[in-house]
Amino acid sequence: MKALVWHGKHDVRVDTVPDPVIEDPKDAIVKVTTAAICGSDLHLYDGFVLGMKSGDILGHEFMGEVVETGSAVKKLKKGDRVVVPFTIICGECEQCRRGNYSVCETTNRNKETADKVFGHTTAGLYGYTHLTGGYPGGQAQYVRVPYADVGPVKIENGFTDEQVLFLGDIFPTGWQAAVQCDIQPEDTVAIWGAGPVGQFCIRSAVLLGARQVISIDRVPERLAMARAGGAITIDIRKESVVERLNDLTRGKGPEKCIDAVGLEAHATGSVDAAYDRVKQATMMESDRPHVLREMIYVCRPAGTLSIPGVYGGLIDKVPFGALMQKGLTVRTGQTHVNRWTDDLLRRIEEKQIDPTFVITHRVGIDDGPQMYKTFRDKLDGCIKVTVRP
Amino acid sequence: MYEQTLEYGSIEYQTGDGRGEGGDTMARGLGWFSIALGAAELIAPGTLARALGIPEKEGLIRAYGVREIATGVAILKSEDPTPWVWGRVAGDVLDIATLMGALDADNPRKRNVEIALAAVAGATALDVMCGRKLSSEGGGPSLPLEYFERSGLPRSPEEMRGAARDFEVPRDMRTPEPLRPYTTG
Repeated sequence: MKALVWHGKHDVRVDTVPDPVIEDPKDAIVKVTTAAICGSDLHLYDGFVLGMKSGDILGHEFMGEVVETGSAVKKLKKGDRVVVPFTIICGECEQCRRGNYSVCETTNRNKETADKVFGHTTAGLYGYTHLTGGYPGGQAQYVRVPYADVGPVKIENGFTDEQVLFLGDIFPTGWQAAVQCDIQPEDTVAIWGAGPVGQFCIRSAVLLGARQVISIDRVPERLAMARAGGAITIDIRKESVVERLNDLTRGKGPEKCIDAVGLEAHATGSVDAAYDRVKQATMMESDRPHVLREMIYVCRPAGTLSIPGVYGGLIDKVPFGALMQKGLTVRTGQTHVNRWTDDLLRRIEEKQIDPTFVITHRVGIDDGPQMYKTFRDKLDGCIKVTVRP
Repeated sequence: MYEQTLEYGSIEYQTGDGRGEGGDTMARGLGWFSIALGAAELIAPGTLARALGIPEKEGLIRAYGVREIATGVAILKSEDPTPWVWGRVAGDVLDIATLMGALDADNPRKRNVEIALAAVAGATALDVMCGRKLSSEGGGPSLPLEYFERSGLPRSPEEMRGAARDFEVPRDMRTPEPLRPYTTG
């Protein structure tokens, strides 16, 4: 089969690889009908995530049709359409029973390495680093889905792929980021990053009733899309984020701040951004935490920082004193996708939101490598890419 | 609702000439170059002046160092580096004028001056190229209207605000009671 395969930094190729097979009675094989390139795939593309190996199949946003099931699979059958969440979950461990699916204790098959690096393992993820199990991803024609009765969300109501595909990652990720802000009607929610996750954060914050939603970015088309979703926008190339946020909140700062940027923050001309660039280039720091610093600084005391943006390792010069003195609450983590999928599927069904708004590019798998570059460089108005294998 | 018009297997969508990242990247490079050159002029003005056969101009070279650093920092710090890049071009003209003055037949270091002039001419060409690029990028390309229409919501955001208030935030994600606004208890 054809798949998008990681061969190193900035080196993604369309390779012909062996078809996946059932390895465990709980597995299913899914024929992928639509996949997407995620912003966090770009961290792999840029070589910032440890534990990748040449030959790894990429992709953790995908859906398709079940073509084969293992002997222990009861709920799925051949022909079922499923969206597959990016987190592989067992549904039985202590964390899964609490709904903390992204830290499932069972599914990371490289648990010992993860234990050493993070202290404790987290869930297995598709198409990501070997620190999260090194499972082959879904930017491929077929994919093996472990624990097939637990994670996949069955789609039965005639939705198009594009209407439901993002239930596997970016929609629940934006939703969880807003939910864990516990938005109150008088809240201002400031969201750094107007990429796909940032866009879903904006819509989620609006739907959850925030008084004011502010989107911070530097890419004109992303800011335009943010405005379409109901956000006031701040263009970091043209204005001071801190000054503008204070202006919009009578000098008090936003109650809730969301980092939908993560480890590759860009800032225009700030001293700390230049410092991070140098430290990252000399391998003295793995992640660039400009957004975290700014959020801590500008957030209203006793406010909440919600961090769906991906961080991979070590950060430097984070004003922890301010975080402590201001009594900020920090909530972060990979998304507990299955905790939200039923509710969000219902909201799509009830037409509260149509997730297709975010798609700007649709390509076949052969154009995948080119689209990684286009998406990374934010060229051609690219915000979200779907791939049809 | 946004009408889907693109097809799989094609990359047809165009927004024009990009957003001008090229000019900004080049400007940042010139900013760092300016700081490095300025630091050299500040730290070792005497050595530079002697190498160019103009030991009496040590003070002037130090002043040029301050100018270079200030311009470099301004390019890196400003939201729009265009005027500062053109400022570099003006600085280049000063440098060239100073070097031309040293291009004297009796200057024993004339060869060094010629090399320095060639280097400054090269830097000037880059500065002009960058300045022109930034100026032509101006306010950025116009965006297709459709981005402003991609709300994903069935009605205006104002009408949709709070449509999901029926959602109950799970207990583990709620704001601790003492941190909640008094108005909502």
